[in-house]
Amino acid sequence: MSILLTRESRVLVQGMTGSEGSFHTQEMLDFGTQVVAGVSPGKGGSRHLGLPVFDTVAEAVAATGADTAGVFVPPAFAADAIMESADAGIPLVVCITELIPVNDMIRARAFLDRRGTRLIGPNCPGLMSPGERAKVGIIPNHIASPGRVGVVSRSGTLTYEIIQALVREGYGQSTSVGIGGDPVLGLGFSEVVQLFAEDQETDLVVLAGEIGGSDEEHAAELIGRGFTKPVIGFISGRSAPPGKRMGHAGAIISGSSGSPASKVEALQRAGVEVADTIEQIVELVQDRLGAAPRA
Amino acid sequence: MKLLEHQAKERLRSVGIECPAGRVARSPEEAERAAQELGSVVVKAQVPIGGRGKAGGIKLARTPAEARAAAAAILGMEIHGYRVPSVLCEEALEIARELYLGVTVDRDRRATVVILSFAGGMEIEEVAKHSPEKISKLWPDAFAGPQAFEVRALALRALEAVGAEQALPRGRYLAELVPLVQRLFRLSQELDASLCEINPLVVTKAGKLIAGDAKIEIDQNAEFRHPDLVRQLGPDASAATSGDDPLEVEASRRGLTYVHLGGNVGIIGNGAGLVMNTLDLVKQHGGAAANFLDIGGGAKSEVVKAALEMVLLDPAVRGIFVNIFGGITRGDEVARGLIQARDELGVKLPLVVRMTGTREEEGRQLLEAAGITPGVSAPAAARKIVELVNAGPA
Repeated sequence: MSILLTRESRVLVQGMTGSEGSFHTQEMLDFGTQVVAGVSPGKGGSRHLGLPVFDTVAEAVAATGADTAGVFVPPAFAADAIMESADAGIPLVVCITELIPVNDMIRARAFLDRRGTRLIGPNCPGLMSPGERAKVGIIPNHIASPGRVGVVSRSGTLTYEIIQALVREGYGQSTSVGIGGDPVLGLGFSEVVQLFAEDQETDLVVLAGEIGGSDEEHAAELIGRGFTKPVIGFISGRSAPPGKRMGHAGAIISGSSGSPASKVEALQRAGVEVADTIEQIVELVQDRLGAAPRA
Repeated sequence: MKLLEHQAKERLRSVGIECPAGRVARSPEEAERAAQELGSVVVKAQVPIGGRGKAGGIKLARTPAEARAAAAAILGMEIHGYRVPSVLCEEALEIARELYLGVTVDRDRRATVVILSFAGGMEIEEVAKHSPEKISKLWPDAFAGPQAFEVRALALRALEAVGAEQALPRGRYLAELVPLVQRLFRLSQELDASLCEINPLVVTKAGKLIAGDAKIEIDQNAEFRHPDLVRQLGPDASAATSGDDPLEVEASRRGLTYVHLGGNVGIIGNGAGLVMNTLDLVKQHGGAAANFLDIGGGAKSEVVKAALEMVLLDPAVRGIFVNIFGGITRGDEVARGLIQARDELGVKLPLVVRMTGTREEEGRQLLEAAGITPGVSAPAAARKIVELVNAGPA
């Protein structure tokens, strides 16, 4: 199994006819994902990548039974796209788009919470369940491998590095989730870690956080209250000075909040072993799961 | 993008929030004339950064002559890297009490928060650290905004936190703060502000609430909705976004995600998390990163060249570490871009390139043939660049 995304997931892509949308939808299809529709206002009735295109999410859902949305629309329209999917009753929306105005996201979050829709992102690589041959987002197809490690991370390329390093030593993933680098996100570490706790196919969780905010601290609190699976932590940006935004809109130590020390300490207090390097993450996974992983 | 104080106050006035009468002056003579009109004035440097008072950028002037002298002293001075182009001459207020009022983003709650405190006039971060009980918060509905009853409850909590008489009767605070908070919230939404702050919110001896100082920061991601503001702020805007570092100002002009860090190992990588991790690796191996530079996903050779150029603008750089994860980005393409850029720019400094992922073998072969050290593991590459930099001429 996996969390959030399975081989049964029926995915629609908002912004599928754009260049990013086209490229990544094709990759998602190649991976084996059941992509069932695209949504591009004004292009309804046409076909793209062999899939039907609709003007609205509601039409796409009615015609195809889509239950997961991937958002690849430009930042000015992204919050609207997220809300449209929630309004059409889609329970899981994954938003890849970067640079969305923060107040747009605050309103979109409020809108989604009222409808019980889960959001991954924005400004994230999306998620991938290799054993289910399903992905929504931009994690490169060739790096992943099926297995029993759950990965949750804020960033894109760093997540790929972690996945690749794990696979090199024989550890595949149940699901990898990039929650995003923005200050206002959908699911946080806590929610994703909780899902991994409940997933029978996940034996261990790698949690890769970074400076800024206090999502890592909240997850640590949850883990500290009696988490049954081993968690390996990692925090990037440990050498970053306070007050400087490190690329991600959310990666900033402001005042007393968001410092790496606070995150590392919180995780360690909760019994999480925190690695200093990606190589060390793999070593710690080896310690916990043994050298011969169940692939 | 940060608005200057006088620009922020113009916005506050536009929604009906009272500010002191004031004039912007660009010369001592203009300041003198402003004081003739307004009487006792406070002369304030107009730079988009805090700490103006401590830096000598705010002076009280009782007469027009004093205002002229104050402006002469402040204009042209440098405050945390900003040269002062103008001053705001404002009528001096008779202060009975100072409050703090702010509207900003609460990351944890994924919501907008209204913050009110009777411990105004200080940095709110300081108040939060030392006497958090004096800060009251309200998280209004994202669509409906703060309702009157919610603001009254907020005001009552804030009053209770400090106790006793606070210059005005309770009923007056409740009546005054409701429209004030609602207007500030509306303004923050209209402007796509990440911060709208009135500190101090002055209670005058005459019993009025007036914005003593104002800070407005427009969310960089929403600048496209406010071309008028971007135009009005001109070059100040990008400077204010990038802080007071000339290299960061230059990078922002070139459209690069760059942060100056002060060490001597130049860093280039793709993806914010990966670049942050690269900085950490350099530090773990005893080096000091000169910068953060993220070239993003799928970078083409021109971007690689622009990045290399940018890193080399920093005279402290003694070596460069390039760390690339090839997903959509192809190793061979990055390698070609780097080799071309190195040759065109005549780079003589040590260059260590670590690449993994898509087409890593092809990329490595190209690099080796061109005499650039390719790395396989990131920690080994970090160790290598730190060794090379430390061995080189100081």
